[in-house]
Amino acid sequence: MTTAVIDVRKMERDFRMGGTTVRALRDVSLCVDPGEYVAIIGPSGSGKTTLMNLIGCLDTPTSGEYFLDGEEVSLLDDDSLSHVRNEKIGFVFQTFNLLARTTALDNVALPLAYANVSRSERRAAAKRALERVQLAERQDHKPEQLSGGQRQRVAIARALVNDPKLLLADEPTGALDQHTGGEIIGLFEQLNREGVTIVLVTHDPGIAKRARRQVTIVDGAILSDEASR
Amino acid sequence: MSLFELFMTAVDTIRGNKLRAFLTTLGVIIGVLAVILLVALGEGVRQYISDTFASLGSNVIQVTPGKRDTKGGMPMPMIGVAHKLTPEDEEALVHRTFTTDGVSGIVQGAGALRYRGLRRDAMAMGVGEHFAEMRNMHVNAGRFFTDDDISAHRRYVVIGRTVQRELFADENPLGKTLEINDAEFRVVGILEHKGNSLGFDLDDLALLPSTSALDLFALDGYSTIMVRARDKANAQAAIDDVTEVLKRRHNNQVDFTVVSQDDMLATVNSIMAMLTGVLLAIASISLIVGGIGIANIMLVSVRERTREIGVRRAVGATRNVILMQFLIESVVIASIGGLVGLALGAGIIGVTRMAMPGLPVRLSPWIAFTALGFSAAVGVISGVIPARSAAALDPVEALRYE
Repeated sequence: MTTAVIDVRKMERDFRMGGTTVRALRDVSLCVDPGEYVAIIGPSGSGKTTLMNLIGCLDTPTSGEYFLDGEEVSLLDDDSLSHVRNEKIGFVFQTFNLLARTTALDNVALPLAYANVSRSERRAAAKRALERVQLAERQDHKPEQLSGGQRQRVAIARALVNDPKLLLADEPTGALDQHTGGEIIGLFEQLNREGVTIVLVTHDPGIAKRARRQVTIVDGAILSDEASR
Repeated sequence: MSLFELFMTAVDTIRGNKLRAFLTTLGVIIGVLAVILLVALGEGVRQYISDTFASLGSNVIQVTPGKRDTKGGMPMPMIGVAHKLTPEDEEALVHRTFTTDGVSGIVQGAGALRYRGLRRDAMAMGVGEHFAEMRNMHVNAGRFFTDDDISAHRRYVVIGRTVQRELFADENPLGKTLEINDAEFRVVGILEHKGNSLGFDLDDLALLPSTSALDLFALDGYSTIMVRARDKANAQAAIDDVTEVLKRRHNNQVDFTVVSQDDMLATVNSIMAMLTGVLLAIASISLIVGGIGIANIMLVSVRERTREIGVRRAVGATRNVILMQFLIESVVIASIGGLVGLALGAGIIGVTRMAMPGLPVRLSPWIAFTALGFSAAVGVISGVIPARSAAALDPVEALRYE
């Protein structure tokens, strides 16, 4: 039996705002197996970003358990979570979040710098990751010299460079036009075919539909969880 | 992430905004420059004074009338006036001390020197026959005083080069008679050129036999008796010897002060060290201000780079790595300021030495290293608060920051 990449059990997340407590997530349980391509969909304020932050080990739950690749991570301290993010998760953000004044290659290599990989190995791995997103020839360009779609592909290469168990994308097409967004989604599908486990958060039903499984979240709870036709 | 990689990251960041880095570290540049220049001047003057003292003869002991030490306990009741240091005391020192090989009574005075209608006010000093060799002065025309000249109260004078030039011009002064305070003195020697020392013209003087000087100024005691220790390495034995002989002649009272050249040099050195310390403290204020400037800009920089911090945290940087990144950046900025300040200071000192060779300035290695160390320390101190605030950022909040 394979270990689930994501195994969330009865997870709750409360935020204290002033005097009141906001229950952003209520009793969420979710299991994602290796090789899956899951879209988490919901309107803004539904708690999907909170769920993504928890899955991405950027945040810790108020209660409940979370096993990432078989490892209990809901109780880890900040340093350990940093290491987990570094080794097991690749992030793709809506606004790319590349370091300005830094070349595509160095941006892609950044996670490996925090994994204490030698400089030459880092560059080699970053080159391979850029080849996977068909941007090898742009490795020395800085973000400002790249188009939006190219920047997002650099960001995806950065997410792939550490061979993560999980690629986590938060509205990856939100800052792109329809056509370029479609290309990025196509790239995700290709990567998924190559075996990358992807969880994508979006509010766009059209994009969610192209994933193989959709999890709908409303008011902090999972409303539906269904596979595509 | 290794320290070297963090250092390279800092260098990259600084290179990305050179003007800002320069302006940020300007305070440190000015601070280090001020420290370097002030200390170089202080050190130079101290060295210059040491050299000057050394050239005066390091085994010379000065005896002055009156007890100047301050000691605790009951004050001695004053019995009469303190004894003067007389020619008899001088004689006693010559004949009864075994640890000395030169004694000279000194009369400090000033006189109006006149020669054929020309007048010059100069130092007129009464000295003994050993004075010239004790003070490394050389007569290069005529002769110095002899024991006979002194004991016979002869009205002879040995003049310095400035006096010779001003009063006699091209005339040969040897054998000529000049008037000092209306008494006539015959020129028997001319001193070799000595130049300036601590702002005094060492050639602007007239030396008289000590006995004649006492007559001239109507005094019955010397202002100083200068004694040379036979053994350079053991001035203390000579001091004890001199004290014992004089004490016996002064009714068993030590109503005089014996000071070695080394003691005086030590006093001057400690005064100079204090002065240098005060200058250093003042200059350090600008370093502190420079540090505040760095802290300020680093805080702004952390805020501007909130998203960058969020991204770095997301891809695996721990709080500590973020802390170190900003701390090292601050240290590098401050150290660059230190290096630039040091280079500017060395340049200014170099140019000054070339332009004014007489000016005592020197850049000693210890102050260069200290200045660099201080600027790095300023970097650490001013980087702590910004680096901590960067490390404390919550990655979720940081990634959301607009």
